[in-house]
Formats: sequence, C-alpha cells, structure tokens
Amino acid sequence: MADDKYKIQKIDDYRWRIPREGKMRVDGIVYADKHMLEEIQKDESLQQVINVSYLPGIVNHSLAMPDIHWGYGFPIGGVAAFDMDEGVVSPGGVGYDINCGVRLLRTGLYRVEISGKLESVVNTLFANIPSGVGSHRKDLKLSQHEVKNVLKNGARWAVSNGYGTKEDLEHIEEKGCIPGADPELVSNRAIERGLAQLGTLGSGNHFVEVGYVSEIYNEEIAHALGLEKDGITIVVHTGSRGLGYQVCDDFIRVMIDASRKYNVELPDRQLCCAPINSPEGKEYLAAMACAANYAFANRQMITHWVRESFERALHVSHKESKISLVYDVCHNIAKFEEHVVDGQKKRLCVHRKGATRAFPPNHPDTPDAYKSVGQPVLIPGDMGRCSYVLVGTEKAYSDTFGSTCHGAGRVMSRNQAMKIAKGRSIAQELKEKGILVRADSRATLDEELPEAYKDVTEVVDIVEHAGISKKVAQLKPMCVIKG
Amino acid sequence: MPKYILIDHTADIGIDVFGTTIEELFTNAAFALFDIIADLSKVECKVEYPVKISGIDREQLLVIWLSELLYLHDVKYLLFKDFHITDMKENQLTASVCGEVFNEDKHVIKTEIKAVTYHGLSIVQENHQWKARVIFDL
Repeated sequence: MADDKYKIQKIDDYRWRIPREGKMRVDGIVYADKHMLEEIQKDESLQQVINVSYLPGIVNHSLAMPDIHWGYGFPIGGVAAFDMDEGVVSPGGVGYDINCGVRLLRTGLYRVEISGKLESVVNTLFANIPSGVGSHRKDLKLSQHEVKNVLKNGARWAVSNGYGTKEDLEHIEEKGCIPGADPELVSNRAIERGLAQLGTLGSGNHFVEVGYVSEIYNEEIAHALGLEKDGITIVVHTGSRGLGYQVCDDFIRVMIDASRKYNVELPDRQLCCAPINSPEGKEYLAAMACAANYAFANRQMITHWVRESFERALHVSHKESKISLVYDVCHNIAKFEEHVVDGQKKRLCVHRKGATRAFPPNHPDTPDAYKSVGQPVLIPGDMGRCSYVLVGTEKAYSDTFGSTCHGAGRVMSRNQAMKIAKGRSIAQELKEKGILVRADSRATLDEELPEAYKDVTEVVDIVEHAGISKKVAQLKPMCVIKG
Repeated sequence: MPKYILIDHTADIGIDVFGTTIEELFTNAAFALFDIIADLSKVECKVEYPVKISGIDREQLLVIWLSELLYLHDVKYLLFKDFHITDMKENQLTASVCGEVFNEDKHVIKTEIKAVTYHGLSIVQENHQWKARVIFDL
C-alpha cells in the first residue's frame, strides 16, 4: 500500500490513523477498509484531513468517513469538532450548499400498485418540481419580507403556509429550524438569489427518487420507522440553492480577513475561519442558520409537491397515499452539540461536511417516535443501485461526535464520467434496468452515471462494521427526477 | 496554446487557465466558466454589463471576478461569452461583459456551477506566460 506519503497506521480493520506531526494539532482518523483506503489515496482528500487538523481548537481528531473524497477546504466526508473557547468556525467546513440534506418519505402504497404507472408518476413529478436554470413555480411569489420569515423559521414557515403538516416537523433534524438565525446578516445578493429559487431542486447530484424497500435488515427498527418490504418510498436530496452559495461566498471573504486578524495560519485559503466567539464567527453562524432554514423549507415545499404529484398521477387521495415523513437530515452543517470529551460533557461546534448526524437511542435530539431505536440516517446511493436507511449508535456518539457517512462518494471526476458516458444513453440503460429518469440536462445524467460513484453498499458496510451506524433497510430506485 | 484545460478533480471541476497577459488570463478564466456552464456556440452578444470589482490580491480578485459573473448568471439568467477588461490593477478590475439571457429553446446548459472556490487557487507567471488554477464547486 502506498502509505509512505501519509504514514498511515492501522487501528483495526475499519479505522486508520494519520499520526499527528508538524503543525497538526490532533491525529487524523479515517474510517475505511483496506481496499477503500487504497482508493482514497488516489486523490488529495487525506491531505485535506491533515489540513483540517491544523485548525485552532480542534478536539480529539480530524475525522473522515468512508465516502471521503477530495473537496475544497475540508474533504467531503469530513467531521471536525471545535472547542467553544479556543476553537474556530469555518464556512469551508460546511460548504457552499449549506444544509444540503436528504429526507425520506414513506407511503401506504406498495410496489405492485405503482409499477404500471411509473411513467405518469415520473412525468408528474418532473412537471411539478422545478429544476434547471431559471425554473420556478409560477404560483409562488415571495416578497423580501416573506423570505426573511423563511430564513427565521425554516420548515415551520413552509408548514404554516400550507406546505405539509405539523407532524412533518417532528421528523426533521432540529425540527426544521436551527435557532439563532438572523436574516439581517444575510446579504441582499443572497436574498435576491433566494427569492427566485425557493422550492426548486437545483441540478448536479440533487434529485427526487421514488423507490421501494428491497431489503430489511432489522425488522424491529424498520417497524419503528414505518418501513416494510416492497413499500414505496421517496427520497428528496437538495439544499439551500443560490442563497446558501452566496452566504458561504460572502463569509469566506469575511473570514479571509478574519484569519489574518486573529493570526490563524491557513494551509489552504478555503479553510479560512474565525474564533467561534468572535463577531465574525457569531455572524457567520447566524447567517448559516438562515441558509440552513431556507434548505429545510425548500425540502418541505418539495415534499408537498411530491404528495400532490402522487395524488394526481395515481388518482388517489392523501388518505390512500399516506405519504409521511420518516426523517430529514442535514449533511453540510455546523452545529452546537454536547459531547463527552475526556470524560467531561462539553459543548462543541461540530462541522459535518458531507457527513450525517447519527445520534443514538434515547438522545434528547432523537425524535420521540424513534427514541428506542436511534436517529434515522439516510444514505442515498447512485441512480442505478440502491440507497440505505440506517440508525445512529452509542459508538457513533462516543467516537465520531455522533456522525456517519452521507452517501456513496464519487470515485470518478465529472470529466472522466463524461468520457465514459460518451456515445451511451444513460437514460436508456437505466430504463432497461426498470428505472425511469427525467433530467433537465443530458450532461447531468452523464456526469452522474452509476459507475462514477463508489458502491454505496461498501460504504454502508464499513460504518456498520465500525459500529457507528446500524443497517435497517435497503431501498431500490424505480424512477428519478434530476436537474 | 488552449485558453484553458479541465483538470481532474473527484467531486468538482477544476481548470488550468492560460494567457499571455494578466488581462487575457482573466478573460480566458471567465470564458472557461461559461464554457463549462453552457454551449457557447449558441450564445450571442445581445446585452452588455459593466463589472467593477476589487480584492485583497490578484488571486482573490480572480475568484471575485468569476463569482461576480456567476452571480449575474444566477439572478439574471445571463450567459456571457465576451469579456473586455478595460482597466486592471493588482487588486482592482473594470470590465464590460456581454452575452444573452438564457432561452431554453435555444441554449444548452451543460452544468450548474455553485461557486468559485479558493481551494488550490494559484496564479503564476512563467516564461512570459500566465497560468492560473481555479476549482469550482459543482
């Protein structure tokens, strides 16, 4: 194994240590098996794990989940927690797509009931959920004032405006609203971008996917989550759109100056940051909360249109379709959380960039309905294979600040994917496998072809073997809409 | 010498941009941005926009320049293809850019770019040739 570059030490079959040296403040720890570690070393992501360990106030380790790949600043699949007094907050540790996340819906429908009507389902979803440049719902006009309410209240705003039910809110991380959001700290440009893009899917790897429960690994937990074999599910993956990108961009400029002001030495400008308690740090967190709330509202509105689309396409009432929210998780976020460090409870600022919170049973933030089984974790795979539903564990809480993987992770650059897809019709190939796809751009399908991703099953097996999540169910796609 | 080449980056897209002058380097970087977003052969110069920006150094100026154009693309649905830098200093740039409003019957969008990052950012001058590296978040 080419481990000379990074001096990697094996901890056990699923964990690898990059020992602290030079300016590193803590060790790096990578969750992977031997084969995956070899793959991971092909790009620059381990250097990014090391770079994160340079940041002031980092606690325990700079962590990488098995779907780690080369990002900007933090690696994608990176987790780092910072001390409230000595630590920093970094917009590059959250990413441009603030609160990009995934939600899972269950239905009262079964595979046999919709398999003949998929064409109608996918076309209705594609018509009702805006994606692509300049596309938005014609029936949605927001004032600047109203957008500020969205930023303050998140999914609660959406529900009180008729998008979904109060019960939905119980099944969203932070109940769909991160406290401390201050819309006055969000720039006019960000608001301007947000006005036109609320309730839109966006493009790239964002999607709405209809599938079915293909496998159940733990009957008891699946039952608690309302999942049963062959039951129809819907996965929504999107984030805070242009508003979030602009908030991140605005604050990276602020943080470049702040890093100089507070004498933080940066191995990469994208890691620019400020002390959590500094004015710059506090302002970023209050603006980030706005973008996160916008993303919660976005997924909530899309959920409402998914419900409408099912009713229309299948000619069923909402009582028959019974579409309800299993859970909604953020995978690009910084949060204040309590964790045990050296035997003491401590409040920390946990950054998850392409990583999912995975809290254990009985944690106060695990929703009541799932108290006995743990917080649901949603791991989407690529378009052609499958996705997974997991739950968080005590081991995740003690070892990874209650975090786990977030998806398959790319293995191929978009450039390589485009070359491999040349001359092929990805939509046709998927259709032959029984998966209908509608996309705004053909290029999106080519870039997102299944081979461009790691096999999500391998990723999920590692987090299960390492004990930081427990496998509950596997979902297989039937139809997908993409931007 | 090409205006730019794509570099392999696992999650996102990166470019190496070239130019014989710093102005040409910035112009080619803007061209690369929109060449990645859309098929520029179908875009005409119909509307013109003035751009004036500043940064703390040349590298940041490049990111701010590209971010400014990306912002105009995002809020006004503009696709730009021609870039004329009229004045440029170490930390300041004035330009006039032209292009067309996106029309779904005419234009082909290839990729959405979310943002211009500072990761691995560099501008160097070697043998009378300028070269920059920029990574976009997709």
